Amino acid sequence: MAIELSPQPVGVNPPSSFLEVRDLRVHFPTEDGLVKSVDGVSFSLEKGQTLGIVGESGSGKSVTSLSLLGLHKGTRAKVSGEVWLDGEELVGMSEAQMRALRGQKVSMIFQDPLSALHPFFSVGAQIAEAYRVHHKASKKEANERAVEMLKRVGIPQPERRAKDYPHQFSGGMRQRAMIAMSLVCDPELLIADEPTTALDVTVQAQILDLIRDLQEEFGSAVIIITHDLGVVAEISDDILVMYGGRRIEYGSVHDVLKSPEHPYTWGLLQSMPHLGGDVNERLNPIQGAPPSLINLPSGCAFNPRCSFKDQVPDGRCTVDRPELLPVLGSDKHIAACHLTGDAKAGIRSATARGTK
Amino acid sequence: MTARAGAADETEKGMSTTKSIPAQQTEEQPTSGENLLEVQDLQVHFPIRQGIVFQRQIGAVRAVDGVSFGVKPGESLGLVGESGCGKSTTGRAVTRLLEPTGGTVRFDGEDITHKKVSSMRTARQNLQMIFQDPYSSLNPRHTVGTIIETPMKLNGINPEQGHKKRAQELLEIVGLNPEHYNRYPNEFSGGQRQRIGIARALALKPKLIVADEPVSALDVSIQAQVVNLLQDLQREFGLAFLFIAHDLAVVRHFSERVAVMYLGKIVEIADRETLYSRPQHPYTHALLSAVPEVDPDGASNRERIRLTGDVPSPINPPSGCRFRTRCWKAQDICASEEPPLVQLLGSAAGHQAACHFPEVKQVVAPEETPSAPASAK
Repeated sequence: MAIELSPQPVGVNPPSSFLEVRDLRVHFPTEDGLVKSVDGVSFSLEKGQTLGIVGESGSGKSVTSLSLLGLHKGTRAKVSGEVWLDGEELVGMSEAQMRALRGQKVSMIFQDPLSALHPFFSVGAQIAEAYRVHHKASKKEANERAVEMLKRVGIPQPERRAKDYPHQFSGGMRQRAMIAMSLVCDPELLIADEPTTALDVTVQAQILDLIRDLQEEFGSAVIIITHDLGVVAEISDDILVMYGGRRIEYGSVHDVLKSPEHPYTWGLLQSMPHLGGDVNERLNPIQGAPPSLINLPSGCAFNPRCSFKDQVPDGRCTVDRPELLPVLGSDKHIAACHLTGDAKAGIRSATARGTK
Repeated sequence: MTARAGAADETEKGMSTTKSIPAQQTEEQPTSGENLLEVQDLQVHFPIRQGIVFQRQIGAVRAVDGVSFGVKPGESLGLVGESGCGKSTTGRAVTRLLEPTGGTVRFDGEDITHKKVSSMRTARQNLQMIFQDPYSSLNPRHTVGTIIETPMKLNGINPEQGHKKRAQELLEIVGLNPEHYNRYPNEFSGGQRQRIGIARALALKPKLIVADEPVSALDVSIQAQVVNLLQDLQREFGLAFLFIAHDLAVVRHFSERVAVMYLGKIVEIADRETLYSRPQHPYTHALLSAVPEVDPDGASNRERIRLTGDVPSPINPPSGCRFRTRCWKAQDICASEEPPLVQLLGSAAGHQAACHFPEVKQVVAPEETPSAPASAK
């Protein structure tokens, strides 16, 4: 199971890394049954590093990020596991303690800036408020800080634009304002949940550059959640691939994208058209649809959509859930698949021949 | 039914041939009859009004401002650009969901620019649309069967095997279970709903489908399924597509020819090989270089152009070349003179770009380019 790679025993010693998530589970009881949105996710992240979390909608990537901020407190969600941030455990923390942390130490860039910004207050006032919550600053100081942040994220005429309301901003500028707000207290951990999904490619490139620059400047740790492998390849150091609320592959960007070990990751890579690809070649989509989180398929959650499950003897894919095992020849690359290394190498060379 | 459509066809044809084609056209689109869809100088302006009782127009959002292109039977033309560039408005004006302010739209040899709603219905038999959002484009109170049958019933088409059989056949074509005929849209996932939308578009056996961002609301793994489906349908039924999308890689995969739009105008149009390998307009360059690449090693050695700022407002577009405010090559002439969409010497056939200083990799005498609009006639 996924937990076996997380340090044992669970629950006593704070880890050495800056952020460590151990066996995080977020379950939602509903009328139809228990929705296991996140089921045993573990990872760690150092300062100055970027982790990309990739998966389809419903794979649990956004729920994971919300639980890092403690945003499931006070809801019906059942959260278990541990989240260690700089020596402090977040899951068991009270709402008041969490509040002091939010925006200050951990902050988040949400996917849809129009619904994340308050339509009633000017952009500058909203940024200044985030600053005043955590710092003893006068309104004037906070406003100056807000203008400075708007300038920092590349909004022209920041003094004037700070007085504007969110609807007066374009999509890209709103996202910049969101970034300015999340960075106003110099957070040590920045979580970006699909920060560029609603944006055009040109603006997306600007925003990714901005996040990268700001990370270099402040040395923060960044978690970027996306379904776009291109974005991850541009910005991340490590990739975590999630499927059905669990980790299925983890490793450095180079390892995961160059030699993916899980059929789902292959599928994701093959189903996307590339700018340099052969246009006459058919796309190779992953068959079927993402699984229901109430009733995950037995064994490997991916088995109903996997084209290689008959290469595993005795139908193990439908019976045993594969463990996350280290991939030979690399330091942190792990994947959860029953296929043997030889079988994967065979499939990979076969598909490589097919594309030639 | 078809006989009536044919008669209307004839009269329209007769009327339009008597009209002369406007001479001041800068775009040199081949005006031969081989194009299934022919759009000339299309304009869609949305008026901005002020006042409560006596409303007067104080300006216009020039969403589409002089766009010309043609789509041949069985061909797919991609339309790309940033949000707000007018690509969706173009698609909606072509299907006459929006009333064009100016220009002409000719479909199948027939001028449909200002056709009446009733006669437009017959034209729409051959001109269908797939919408972006599979959630809002299907009526939640209708069963899948009703959704697919309605276009046939409205147009008085009675297939031999009956409406139900035909609807089930269509469900099978788009890869859904025909037994789901009686289900409601909420019982389907996003990808499946998009398939229902496609089945509805196919119900009338159209010649051209306008697909407005058909896959952008779907998950990555589902996107490929829908793109493959559309491609199969295109081959099987010889459909022509106007494929509107902002994802450059998807457009390249699906469309033989691609037009790039910026602020209500086409800035470059070419076949996909040429456009993606030898773009001439700086905007196309910037757009292509901004696409994130999956290859973690190759990403660093690509030339990268970062556009600054935002797209200007279409209410008051910049003078001359509309891209000049964000262009790194802009000079005085760009502000004073609007570059026409012309074919440059030495470029591939059908490759047109609207730029005073196009990127030309091959050696071409640049002095010749200004005279191109005259010489191309």
